[in-house]
Amino acid sequence: MTNTVTKEPLNYLNHETGLWSWLTSTDHKRIGLLYMYSITVFFCVAAILGLLMRIEKMAPGQTIMTAQTYNGMFTIHGIIMIFIVVIPGLAAVFGNIFLPIMIGAKDVAFPKLNLFSWYLFMTGAMLGLYSQFANGHSPDTGWTFYVPYSAEASSNVVVALTAAFVLGFASILTGLNFIVTIHRMRAPGMTWFRMPLFPWSLYATAWIQLLATPIVGITLLMVIAERTLHIGFFDPSLGGDPVLYQHLFWIYSHPAVYVMILPAMGVVTEIFPTFSQKPVFGYVPIVFSSMAIALVGYFVWGHHMFTSGMSYESRWFFSFLTFLVAIPSAIKVFNWLSTMYGGSVDLKPPLLFAISFIFLFTIGGFTGLALGSLATNIQLHNTEFVVAHFHYIIFGGMGFAFFAAIHYWFPKIYGRMYSFKWANISWGFLFVGFNLLYFPLFIVGIQGMPRRYFDYDPKFQLGEALSTIGAFILIIGLIGMITNLIYHSRRGAIAPANPWHGVTLEWQIPSPPPHENFDEIPVITHEPYRFDHPHTN
Amino acid sequence: MKNHDNHISSDSANWTVLLILLILTTLSILAIKIHVGAFTVALALLLASVKVTIVLTYFMHLKFENLLLRLMVGGVFLLFAIVIAITFIDYYFR
Repeated sequence: MTNTVTKEPLNYLNHETGLWSWLTSTDHKRIGLLYMYSITVFFCVAAILGLLMRIEKMAPGQTIMTAQTYNGMFTIHGIIMIFIVVIPGLAAVFGNIFLPIMIGAKDVAFPKLNLFSWYLFMTGAMLGLYSQFANGHSPDTGWTFYVPYSAEASSNVVVALTAAFVLGFASILTGLNFIVTIHRMRAPGMTWFRMPLFPWSLYATAWIQLLATPIVGITLLMVIAERTLHIGFFDPSLGGDPVLYQHLFWIYSHPAVYVMILPAMGVVTEIFPTFSQKPVFGYVPIVFSSMAIALVGYFVWGHHMFTSGMSYESRWFFSFLTFLVAIPSAIKVFNWLSTMYGGSVDLKPPLLFAISFIFLFTIGGFTGLALGSLATNIQLHNTEFVVAHFHYIIFGGMGFAFFAAIHYWFPKIYGRMYSFKWANISWGFLFVGFNLLYFPLFIVGIQGMPRRYFDYDPKFQLGEALSTIGAFILIIGLIGMITNLIYHSRRGAIAPANPWHGVTLEWQIPSPPPHENFDEIPVITHEPYRFDHPHTN
Repeated sequence: MKNHDNHISSDSANWTVLLILLILTTLSILAIKIHVGAFTVALALLLASVKVTIVLTYFMHLKFENLLLRLMVGGVFLLFAIVIAITFIDYYFR
C-alpha cells in the first residue's frame, strides 16, 4: 500500500461528476451507493429513536417522554429499521454494487428500472417520515400494523401503510432485476455451480422479494380499504376476521426475515474463504441450504400467531416447520466453521465482524427455537425475550454482516483503505455494547417483562438499566465505525486492487472499478474459491 | 432461445379462449348460488385458477416457452396455492 498521490484513472466514481450525474446514473455501482448513503441516514435516525426509547426505560415511570410518544417512537423505529434499512439493506447496496461484477456482467439486466427502484424507495421512505409529522399524531400501531387497532386508530396509519406499500414495490423491482440478471447475464463459462455464493444468496432472496412482497402490499391496501371504505376484511362486525390479517401479514413478513438474513449469509460466505485462504467448505450444501431456507421459510409464518387463536392443528404444523428451517441454517454455520478450520486465518476487521455474526446469529437462532416451541411460546410471547431474539437475528445477523460487508468491500468501492486500528476498536464497542444492550432483555423477558411498555415494575430495573448502558456503548461504536469509514473514503491510503487476496471476480478488476466493470467480459473456466488461481482465465 | 421466435395465435384460437373465459366467469357468478359452506371460497379460487392458467398459457404465450420457464411459473402458482390452502386449513379446523 502506498500514500503516493497520483492522477486517478477513470473509474465509476470520477468518470462523471456533479449531483445530477449521480441522480440520473444507471450505473449499478452508483445506484448501490445511493442506496447505501440513504439507508445510512435512515439507520442513524432510527438508531437515535432507539437510544431515546432506551433512555426512557432507564428507570421505571415516565422519564423523558409520554406513553403516546413512546408508542410512536417504537412504531417509526420499527418501520424505518425493517422496511427502509434491513429489508433492502444488503441486497440493494452490496447486491447492486457487486452482483453484476461477481457474475462477470457490465450492469444489471434493467439499469433504468434499477434507478427507478431507488426513486420508489426514496418516495416510500419520505412518506414514512412524513407520517410522523403530518396532521394528527404519528402512527402508534407498531411496525406490524395489527388490526383491529390499525383499522381504527386516529393516528397517521394510512400514510405509514402507503409508505410500506411503496417500499414493497421498490423491493419487488430489485428482486425481479436480480433474477433476470442472474439468469441472463452470467459471463461465458459461469455455470450455476461456478457462481460465487453471494450471488446465490441474492438469487434466493430475490425470489422471496418477488413472490412474498405483493401479498403484504395487498394486505396493507386491504387495511386502507377497511379504514376508508369500511369494507369488512378484518372487522368481525362487518363479517371480517382479524386473524386473517395476521396470516396475510406474516405470509410476507416472515419470509422477509430471510430477505434480510440470506444476503447476510452470502456476505460472510465470501469473507470466510478469503480470510482463511481456503476454498469454502461444502459449496453445494451451502447453495441448497440457501434455496431450502427460502422455500421452507415460506411456510413458517404461523409461529408468530401461536397465541392469537389459531387452530391447534395449524399450531403444531407451523411449530414443526419452524424446527425444520433450523436445519439448513445450521448446515451453513458448520460450513463456515469448517471453512476456517485448518485455514490460514487472518483476523482482519471483516473477519472479526463475520465471526461476530456467527456468534450473535447462533444465539438468536437457539432462542428462536424456544419461541418456535408451542409450550414455551405461551410464556415468552410478547415479552422482551422476543425483542432480544429478534435483535440478535436482525441486528446481530444482518447488521453485523452489513458491517462485515462494508469493511470487506470498502477498498474495492472507494479504492482506499480504512484504519484497521479504529475498525477494531469500533468493533469492540459494537460487540460489547450489543450484548449488553440485548442480552438482559432475554432475562427480563423470561421474568415476564412485556414488550412495547414504556413503564415497568421496579424489579426489572437492573436489566433495563444495563440494557440502556449497552445502548450508549453501541452508539459510541457506531460513531467510531462510521467516522472511520467516511474519513478514509476520501483520505485513506490508496488500496491495491486485491488487498485481501480474494479470488472472485470483483478482486480481479481495478479499485475503484471502471465505469462498465470489465474492458472485456471474462471467461470462467472453473468453480470459485480456488486459491491456486483466480476465478477467470 | 424460444422466446425470440414469433408466435402469433390464430384468431379462432383467441376467440375460443375468450369464449371459455366468459363461460367460466359466468360460472363464477352462478357458483354464489350453490351453497357449499366453507368450500365457497375454494370453489371460487378453483374457477379463478383455471382462468389464470388459460390466460397464461394462451394470451401470455407460456405454451410456446421452454420447459424451465413453464416449470418456474407453475412452481410460483403452486407455492401460492399451498400458502392459501394452509391459511384456509386453519379456518377449517378452528
